[in-house]
Parts: sequence; structure tokens; C-alpha cells
Amino acid sequence: MTELSNPIPSKPPRSQWLDVWDQFKSHRGALMGGILFFLIVASVYLGPFFWDIEATHIDIRARNQGPSWAHPFGTDQLGRDMMARMMAGGSTSVSVGLTAMALALFLGSFIGVVAGFFKRLDGPLMRLTDLFLALPLLPLLLVMMLLFREPLNAAFGPEQGIFILIVCAIGVTSWMPTARIVRGDVLAIKEREFVMAARSIGTADSKLITRHILPNVLSPIMVSATLGIATAIITESSLSFLGLGFPPDFPTWGRLLFDATDYLQQHPERVFWPGMAISLTVLSVNYLGDGLRDALDPRIRGR
Amino acid sequence: MLTFTIRRLILSVPTLLFISLVIFLLLELAPGDPMAQVPLTVPPEVKEKMREALGLGQPAPIRFWKWLVQFFWIEPQVMIDHYFGTSFSAGDLRVISWQTRSPVMDIVIQRMPQTLWVVGTAYVVAILIALPIGIYSAYRQYSWFDQLGTFVSMVGFSVPPFFSGVLVIVIFSVQLGWFPSIYDTTHVVDSWDSFVYQLRQMIMPVMVLALQITAQLSRFMRASMLDNLNQDYVRTARAKGLSEYVVVMVHVLRNSMIPVVTVIALGIPAIFGGAIITEQVFKVNGIGQLLIGAIQANDLPMVQTLTFIFAILIVLFNLIADVLYGILDPRIRYD
Repeated sequence: MTELSNPIPSKPPRSQWLDVWDQFKSHRGALMGGILFFLIVASVYLGPFFWDIEATHIDIRARNQGPSWAHPFGTDQLGRDMMARMMAGGSTSVSVGLTAMALALFLGSFIGVVAGFFKRLDGPLMRLTDLFLALPLLPLLLVMMLLFREPLNAAFGPEQGIFILIVCAIGVTSWMPTARIVRGDVLAIKEREFVMAARSIGTADSKLITRHILPNVLSPIMVSATLGIATAIITESSLSFLGLGFPPDFPTWGRLLFDATDYLQQHPERVFWPGMAISLTVLSVNYLGDGLRDALDPRIRGR
Repeated sequence: MLTFTIRRLILSVPTLLFISLVIFLLLELAPGDPMAQVPLTVPPEVKEKMREALGLGQPAPIRFWKWLVQFFWIEPQVMIDHYFGTSFSAGDLRVISWQTRSPVMDIVIQRMPQTLWVVGTAYVVAILIALPIGIYSAYRQYSWFDQLGTFVSMVGFSVPPFFSGVLVIVIFSVQLGWFPSIYDTTHVVDSWDSFVYQLRQMIMPVMVLALQITAQLSRFMRASMLDNLNQDYVRTARAKGLSEYVVVMVHVLRNSMIPVVTVIALGIPAIFGGAIITEQVFKVNGIGQLLIGAIQANDLPMVQTLTFIFAILIVLFNLIADVLYGILDPRIRYD
């Protein structure tokens, strides 16, 4: 027997996440999307600390102004500063997007893992997913908004109530694609040797799922997370645009756009800002998801 | 194949029943009272009579059953009566709207053509634009045309219809004044001028809807073409000296169309749902606007029927897509 030529590795092993980061960096669109999304989120949440005009402050003498140094985006028909309103609206829209995505992701991963791992539950759970996919989602969302608005408003107050309602409604109606993808991956991973090895040393099912299965289905979950943010933001804005979202004095991007359409002839720029914000956020998130998908796929990575 | 189709058709019955039950139960929880608009001076016993006249007196299971009978048994009879002049449905109670006190299906039939015209034209336009873009993008992968196509379809995905709709109104209607911003559904096409007017008012809604569909379809067409372009049979076709046009447009395209056709079928119900927003932006009084109006007016029979019609569309086109896939691709025969 000859000795191993190099018994001590000369370089420390590269972490998997470093490889992912390298691949992600090489996707120019994804990098720009990520930076843009980060900037939007930062300005929406941190902006109010630097811009000290209140979003609800009414200055009736300064109404319908164009862009100026005092009001970079102008003011609305009640003299409220559009920049402050954009920030306030953005923080609501982005919060709804993130929370609804988290809920949908949790539901989807849970149902996907359970359906893929336990053979007995696979049939019923997948039929349930099919049934949910056959529901007409936008009409049902509208109906849910109509029905549960009053009781939730009474229970949690108008802002909290509608926030909970929108997040739950979007979360409950958008977990199906994640569940399907996760189930498919779990079915494939379950048959691999390392799972069999773990099972042979007596690992309990719960540990098997959290230690061995979940880390390996993390990449499809992360990709559908980014895409989930995009759909959640668009759905929330559509609901607000149809007049069935947040109340009028509580700005979101969709609501701002809806209010601005009344002044379309005189002040078209007021439609432009919130619409642009929604589109840019969704565009950046979509590019981010595209890059993540490439970066997390080991077959593409390293090429 | 036939047995598969029949089995799927039978399976879709419990699916539809379940969906109708979900919709019914959701509406059952509605806090709104249809008698809320009635003046307070009306005595309670008269109010009770009015409530019963709307069919609200009985318990929920009986009302659900009655709605099912009305929708699946009486409404088809009404349709047969209408076309053949028979009188099967004489004296039967139909699904009545609370808003107008007229049968729901009559209103739906009135509104349907507007939606079908706008949505149908948009779909056809989108397919006609998307397929060539997808084919050429795949054929010249990573060319500037492909990069541009990727970017435009990303934008098409990301810009929501309520923004792109308002944007085209600002540009083409307010600034340039080329097209009317409100869709006039009472307009009758009887001469060349009125036809031109109809075209002008349809351009903007069709453009907005088509942008979204084009974005998705062209990406799908591209991916499907790319899957096929590197196959062995393409090399064989080239090797035996077929022209490039025949190789791409006949051999590759026919095989790539298989998944695309099913995606086109699957997208039809989704586009009806998406048209709700576009109809609202351009004031097209189609079924989408009917639904929004009914929701705001708390007209539950109308909401229930419309939502269920959307569900039927989804289940039906899922079935069509599955069957089409089996017919077009002999490798996938579900027997």
C-alpha cells in the first residue's frame, strides 16, 4: 500500500454557501435585483426616521403641489406629503408580502414534507392540494375580504384586523405550489442512502425530517419564498386597488394608486410613483428568485 | 384514452360539489343582512315575510340543496326552453339576484359577450405574438433578441395590470388622446366607422391583458424549444439535408408545441380571473365587474353563482389540458 499523496489538506474546505454566493454573484440580474430589493426594504423601513413629515399630516394650503425640495414626490389633494405616504404605504405592503409569504411557506413546506414522508397521508393531502388549486382564488379572496372584515376589525382594531385578514387570506390561498415542489423533492430524498443510514441507527421520524430531509429541500423552499413575496405584494395591491383592502386613511401602495386614479387627468405623476414602486419591488424579487434558483442548483453551479 | 376522459369527468363531479360547498359555507358566514336597506318603519313580521320571499327562512343544508337543484337542474332547462321553445321550466324558481330581483343567469348571459370579446381577443393576440418570440429566442439563445425578450417578459410578469392599465390610459388617452379611456359596451358595430371605433376602444384593454399572457407564454415556448433543439432527432434531420426552416418549423416546433398547448388551455380560466382587474380599470361591464358590484352590494346569490362559474371554468380547462396532453403526446397515454 502506498501512502496517500497528500494526507493533510492544504486548503480549508470550502463551505457550500460560499459556492452558492459565488454562483449568485455571477448572475448580474440577480445581484442587481437583490441590491434593489434591499434598498427598497431599507428605505421603506428606515426612511421615516430621516424624513420627519408624518404620512397623515394634513396641510391643506400645500395641496396638489408638484415635486419640490420640500416635497420630492409632491403632495396629494389634502396636502399630505407623497414621499412620507409612499414610505408608510411601502412598509405596509412589504410587511404584508413578507408575512403572507412566511405563512404560505410554512403551510406549503409542512404539507409537502408530511405528504412526501408519510405514505398514508400522501393521497389525501395531495387531493386537498388539487382541490385548493381548482378554487377560483381572486373571487374567493374578494369574498373573504367582504365577509371577515367587520368581525376582525371589531376584535383587533381596523389596522391590525385588516392586516391579519389579508395576510391569512393570501397565505391560505397560495401555499399549493410550494407543497407540490417540496413533496416531489422529499419523495426523491427519502429513498437516498443517507436517509436509510440515519434510519438504520434508529433516528426518530421527527429528527429524520428536521436534520436530514429539511436541509436538503431548503433550496426549492427558498426559491418559492422569493416568488411568494412577489405574488403576495401583487395580490395585496390588487385587493387594495379594487377597494377591498386597507381602509382609505391607511396607505399602502395599491391604495395610493387607487386614490390617485381619481386625479389621473390633472396629476398623472401620482399614479406613477406607487405603481413604479410595486413594479420595481416585484421585478427585483423575481430576478432575485431567478438567480437563487441558478445558485442553489448544484448542476449549474461551478459551470 | 376514452376511459381516462370518462374517469376524469366523473372525478370532476365531487370536486365541483366540494368547491360549491366551500363557497356556500363561506357565504353562510356572511354577517351582512339583505334586509339592512329596508326602512326601520317596516314592521318585523313584514320583514320576516320578505326574508322568506328571498329564500332565507330555511336551514342551511336545505338552501344548499335548493341552490344545487336550481343551478344544475332548472337553469339547463331554462336554456333548453330558450333555444327550442319548449316549456320544461315553467313555474320553477330560478336563482334570483338580491340586487335586481331578476334571475342571476340572465344577467350573466348579458354580461358574458363583453368579457369574452376582450379576453378572447387578448388571448389570441398574445398567442400570435408570444409563439414567434419564443421560437426565435430559443433558436438564437443568448443573442440580444433573447436577452431583450427575457427582460421584457420579466417586466410583463412584474407590472401588475392595474398599473399597466392606468399607465396606458395616461399615455394614450390623456396625453395623446388616441383612444377612449372608457370601454363603451352599448356601442353597436354596423358600419366601417363604428367598426374602427370598436377597434380603438378595444386596443388598450387587449394590450394590457396580452402583455401579461405574452410574457408567460413566450418564456414557456422558449424553454420548450430549447429542450427539443438539442435532441438527436434534430441532428438526424439536419444530417439528412433538410433545410433549416423545415428542421425548426416542422420537426422541432411540432414537438415543442405539446406542452405549450396544454399551458394555453390551463391559462384560460386564470385569464378570466385576471380580467376582473382589467375590466375594473377600463370600465368594461363584463362578468368581472358584475362580481365586484355584487360583492359590494352584498348580493350573495350572484356572488355564489359567479364564483362557481369561475370554478367550473378552472376544472373544465384542467380536464381539457390533461386530455389534450394525452392525445398530442403518444408517450403519455393514461391507460
